[in-house]
Amino acid sequence: MVGAAETTKLGVIPDMSQIQLHADAALNAIADAGLKLSDIDGIATAVETPQQIAHYLGITPTWVDGTSVGGCSFMLHVRHAAAAIEAGLCKTVLITHAESGKSMIGKPPRSIPAYSLQGQFEAPFGVYGPPSMFPIPVLRFMKTYGITHEQIASVAVAQREWAAKNPRAMMKDPITVADVLNSRMIAYPFRLLQCCLVTDGGGALILTSADRAKDFPRKPVYILGTGESVETPMVSQMETFDSSRAFKVAWPLAFKEAGIAHKDVDHLMIYDAFAHLPLYGLGDLGFMPYEETGKFIADGNTRPGGKLPLNTNGGGLSYMHSGMYGMYALQESVRQMRGIAPAQVKDAKISVCHGVGGMFAASGTIIFTNEK
Amino acid sequence: MAEAARARPIPTPETQHFWDGTKAGELRLQRCDACDHVYFPPRPFCPACASRKVSVFPASGKATLYSYVINHRPAAPGFTPPYAIAVVTLEEGPRMMANILDCPQTPEALVLDMPLKVKFEKLDDAITLPQFAPAKA
Repeated sequence: MVGAAETTKLGVIPDMSQIQLHADAALNAIADAGLKLSDIDGIATAVETPQQIAHYLGITPTWVDGTSVGGCSFMLHVRHAAAAIEAGLCKTVLITHAESGKSMIGKPPRSIPAYSLQGQFEAPFGVYGPPSMFPIPVLRFMKTYGITHEQIASVAVAQREWAAKNPRAMMKDPITVADVLNSRMIAYPFRLLQCCLVTDGGGALILTSADRAKDFPRKPVYILGTGESVETPMVSQMETFDSSRAFKVAWPLAFKEAGIAHKDVDHLMIYDAFAHLPLYGLGDLGFMPYEETGKFIADGNTRPGGKLPLNTNGGGLSYMHSGMYGMYALQESVRQMRGIAPAQVKDAKISVCHGVGGMFAASGTIIFTNEK
Repeated sequence: MAEAARARPIPTPETQHFWDGTKAGELRLQRCDACDHVYFPPRPFCPACASRKVSVFPASGKATLYSYVINHRPAAPGFTPPYAIAVVTLEEGPRMMANILDCPQTPEALVLDMPLKVKFEKLDDAITLPQFAPAKA
């Protein structure tokens, strides 16, 4: 990983369309890597097509990936790009994400076709956007494992503490568990402060082979292991609400490839579209029994100074969430491995970045290190 | 400006038997003739063993409440908040999404694992939705 950057602005960007946000992030990442546009021979993106972005930027790729499985698409792009570079299909890959999630400038509306299985067997029952769908499993998870409302609320509190250390975070004012539990009801059991932000922004990454990476201006970040999977686009059809099959398939692939154990992890990102995601992540990724996940977070173990720094940019709950947050989780892992994060975890050498797509529909895990 | 209409399913050749069933007051599932797997949503082959020999049969209509949210905002067109969006576990095994009718839309009234019974809600002449209501003791 030799280039990484977000859009120049994050938050509310009414003067830029979605495709220009892609370009803004891409140009920042190319500058970060000290490259020229003509150096890029591989491109990957989601929602917008690779041909759209390649043409807009003036890139002639020999490798393209349009994998679009929701917010973790960029984890999958990283995995695919690493394999493509290894196989000699291309040398330097640009991965872009951008979304005008708040301002909706140049962004097609999301819709569920009425003939699709979701359109036939979910949409007629009043689902309307992620807040009405993603939290559906959580009451079952809480009952199975004895997780409390206060424990899940503490996810938002811990992440707000991290966000306070990040100048670019949207929401920086401290909050308490009571604030979370008294915020406006969105979809019981979740209230406003347990739901992700809706913002504009983007990010881009540049990958090349490890042997070329040392010649770049930035200290490179290496990919140690990767994993991916999908389950179902229908939250109602998950095998169980006690866990995510996509999570459970993806992470062991990454850990095995990396040859690391959980105790080796210095820094962790778990895509938090809603406050229950970090609990599923800690349990599904094998960090601890599910029953302990709520208490672990409520006890402060993931906060600044805790033993497992989690979502150190503030996460989708407090940093930013344009709709497909996986790119921002990757950006924070790269910053931590470069040692330049605003809330830098001291001496962090291994970062695990785990993403979700759709409502537990897809998953991607990337393990980074700053040591070759 | 006309209000946006409630989402309405468009059946496909593979799901038509299901929607014909709800119109006739039957909740139709499919069972694999080769491996006995019962599954949903409809498709003309078994997702467990790939056999194309599958049969349609009427389910008992009995279910339990697996999980839910009570949606407050934003409400889908045609819905008055707060309303529960539930996933129920059918007696035969598969799960499906539904609303819980004839029941206060509150955490106190909506208790996980409570017994439910299918109830058919006619949307229009073509589509009748499978819904669920608390089972009488």
